[in-house]
Amino acid sequence: MFENFDLQKAIFGRLTLESIPYHEPILVVTFIVVAIGGAAVLGAITYFRLWGYLWREWFTSVDHKRIGVMYIVLGLVMLLRGFADAIMMRAQQAIAFNGNEGYLPAHHFDQIFTAHGVIMIFFVAMPLVTGLMNYVVPLQIGARDVAFPFLNNFSFWMTVSGAILVMASLFVGEFARTGWLAYPPLSNYAYSPDVGVDYYIWALQIAGVGTLLSGVNLIATIVKMRCPGMSMMKMPVFTWTALCTNVLIVAAFPVLTGVLALLSLDRYVGTNFFTNDFGGNPMMYVNLIWIWGHPEVYILVLPVFGVFSEVTATFSGKRLFGYTSMVYATVCITILSYLVWLHHFFTMGSGASVNSFFGITTMIISIPTGAKLFNWLFTMYRGRIRFELPMMWTVAFMLTFVIGGMTGVLLAVPPADFVLHNSLFLIAHFHNVIIGGVVFGCFAGIAYWFPKVTGFKLDPFWGKMSFWFWVSGFYLAFMPLYVLGLMGVTRRLRVFDDPSLQIYFVVAAFGAFLIALGIGSFLIQIVVSIKNREKLRDVTGDPWNARTLEWSTSSPPPVYNFAFTPVVYDHDAWWDMKEHGYKRPMGGFKPIHMPRNTGAGVILAGLSFITGFALIWYIWWLAVLGFVSLLATAIGHTFNYNRSFNIPTQEIVETERERTQLLQSAGA
Amino acid sequence: MTAMTASTSAPEAGGVKETPVFYVADEHEHGEGGSTQLGFWLYLMSDCLIFAVLFATYGVLGGNFAAGPSPKDLFDLPLVAVNTSMLLFSSITYGFAVLEMQKNRKQGMLMWLAITMMFGAAFIGIELFEFTHMILEGATPQRSAFLSSFFTLVGTHGLHVTFGIIWMITLMVQVMKFGLNEPNKRRILCLSMFWHFLDVVWIGVFTFVYLMGVLR
Repeated sequence: MFENFDLQKAIFGRLTLESIPYHEPILVVTFIVVAIGGAAVLGAITYFRLWGYLWREWFTSVDHKRIGVMYIVLGLVMLLRGFADAIMMRAQQAIAFNGNEGYLPAHHFDQIFTAHGVIMIFFVAMPLVTGLMNYVVPLQIGARDVAFPFLNNFSFWMTVSGAILVMASLFVGEFARTGWLAYPPLSNYAYSPDVGVDYYIWALQIAGVGTLLSGVNLIATIVKMRCPGMSMMKMPVFTWTALCTNVLIVAAFPVLTGVLALLSLDRYVGTNFFTNDFGGNPMMYVNLIWIWGHPEVYILVLPVFGVFSEVTATFSGKRLFGYTSMVYATVCITILSYLVWLHHFFTMGSGASVNSFFGITTMIISIPTGAKLFNWLFTMYRGRIRFELPMMWTVAFMLTFVIGGMTGVLLAVPPADFVLHNSLFLIAHFHNVIIGGVVFGCFAGIAYWFPKVTGFKLDPFWGKMSFWFWVSGFYLAFMPLYVLGLMGVTRRLRVFDDPSLQIYFVVAAFGAFLIALGIGSFLIQIVVSIKNREKLRDVTGDPWNARTLEWSTSSPPPVYNFAFTPVVYDHDAWWDMKEHGYKRPMGGFKPIHMPRNTGAGVILAGLSFITGFALIWYIWWLAVLGFVSLLATAIGHTFNYNRSFNIPTQEIVETERERTQLLQSAGA
Repeated sequence: MTAMTASTSAPEAGGVKETPVFYVADEHEHGEGGSTQLGFWLYLMSDCLIFAVLFATYGVLGGNFAAGPSPKDLFDLPLVAVNTSMLLFSSITYGFAVLEMQKNRKQGMLMWLAITMMFGAAFIGIELFEFTHMILEGATPQRSAFLSSFFTLVGTHGLHVTFGIIWMITLMVQVMKFGLNEPNKRRILCLSMFWHFLDVVWIGVFTFVYLMGVLR
């Protein structure tokens, strides 16, 4: 037995020096840039002695506001990576004509389009949306934290752990070359024996645990922790959309977990779920992953519908038109989003009746969505509209999303889909709804709630720069793809034969360049705003003359959110309070019970990362060790019964007095 | 939701405009864990969906024997019946444990939990015996899509029971150390839901996989 024993394999699995892609210049340069950037950040943190502060106040924090901010930072950092992938693809496709092979070898190009999709959905859009919900929902319902504060911290770190795994694949080994949903049989061991798909699987599994738990957490929060008087039909629309999104998360993510587990069994154990022989059926995978995948797009877009509802009502100075219909539309979309998954593969050949069922359900979704759009328009009608940055994003969304929605209805017609399936028309469609919906919405949300988080507004000039670059860049980047798609160009192509197509790709690349300027302007906007924070300061806590409860407390809100739990009589509770001459309570404070910070979430997520990494590289001893320590730490954590403390009255009195002084100094 | 306190009043009664009270002045301490039951239910429903995926996969692939063994060749119904009774009994004994807990009888509760654990361990033991037997006969998970989905569905349930046992041991230690305090009671009720949930899933497995498999 021992003559075959390979010590190196036993210790390092299939990880060798060859796994480090030092022979690929693009990756080496990327690595150097990331290493220098990373070293600069880490060095700065060490130099300014911020580690202790970050660990105590942020990493271990169970405060939903801090966790929300960290989610958004994660989303923005990963946006840079996901966008770098995008612009590399655009550049490659713009030059790969007339026998020019471009600068990306096939092996690398395939990883890039996979990584772009995975990162943008799981590690940009999801953290941004989850971050907004985490920050805003408890404030909107008058609660002091979420239902399970520790779980919230743990969820965040699991998402980070998944993101780090994806980033690690850039420099250690490689990422999947299968497209963002990793369809078998291509993603099965026979055709992808390397570590790429394993990175994909474990990054998503680990991050998926976080997403699922944060879904459970926010549902419990919304159902159980609303302040007195806030019945379901008095909840702010953003909270409603957050509730529906989290219901979708809890009902959809287990399917992803399940189907990825089956794929990993195929890859690791040699079972035959999705293989071509021994009775396996790859289409089973495609069905299951889209049963998760279609609700997923609504998981992303519903909360931003909520953002737009809040923004439209606030900046039109009016109560939202058709609150009830808005709520019912949201619920309808939630349910319908489960009944359309097959439209992603009409070409599977399931027959006319099945295809027409899913085609019709898909078209029906446009009805509640249309109702929402009319509600927003009627809210604006005869309103005193202030075109501040969040409102600009909202208007751009309304125009752009309608185009994306209509091309979606076009694709829902099965015969049309047979022509357009997997073409660039599809790519243009879903970028049209995801950028025009989710991304614009996240920017609207960030601009809207930024003063709540920091106490000062974002700089409007750079915000408008970012807005115009993004919007014009989007149209230039994706309208040509609609045309190309109609002409039959399929997705994920690295080189082209027909030189007449090149001009469209050049325009698209220019659009992507404008978007790069948009992202740059956004970053500059943040820096400039922090520099000019005294000029942009808002001490009232309600800079937009807004309508919902989060604006009734100070900016940034105290740890305990509200010194007294609010009581609500109407939706748009804060507006109601202002109308009725609400006076801030000045005395009678009581100690407030709050959860204690804990490092358990960081440790558990770190161990998950180690376990995942070991499984990817077949380092079995480390995988076992990692898993056992994971279990032991989790059990150990349950032995800690002392998880909360009281904020003493004195501290609350101090905090509230400071706010009183601020308000007086502002003459409010 | 918290109950409205006495200090709140309706916004506008009749014509007189009276400023309503917009905050709870006299707030009572809310106990911790008020959302735990709901949260755990939600988790269980999500877990239920994982089983739904596995059942659906078995439903689609369960007939693909790939010229290998079929349920009729493999399943030993009397053994599975014994196994099922182990799990069903364990649910009853867990119920007894909860009854003891509600009467604050620590020793009685620990005893019933220990018995539950024994039944659970017996279930796992018999399942492992069944699996070994099948694998030795050449009916491995790799042999056909039917066997892949069979082993995964039944094995995932078995893994859940195993984690339930680990959880039970943890809880027994915690009850011995810290007594029947509120958090521990809450946890015992969560594990109770988990345990009964696994029972329900098993009834699905028994009917759908074993009984209908032999009939097919």
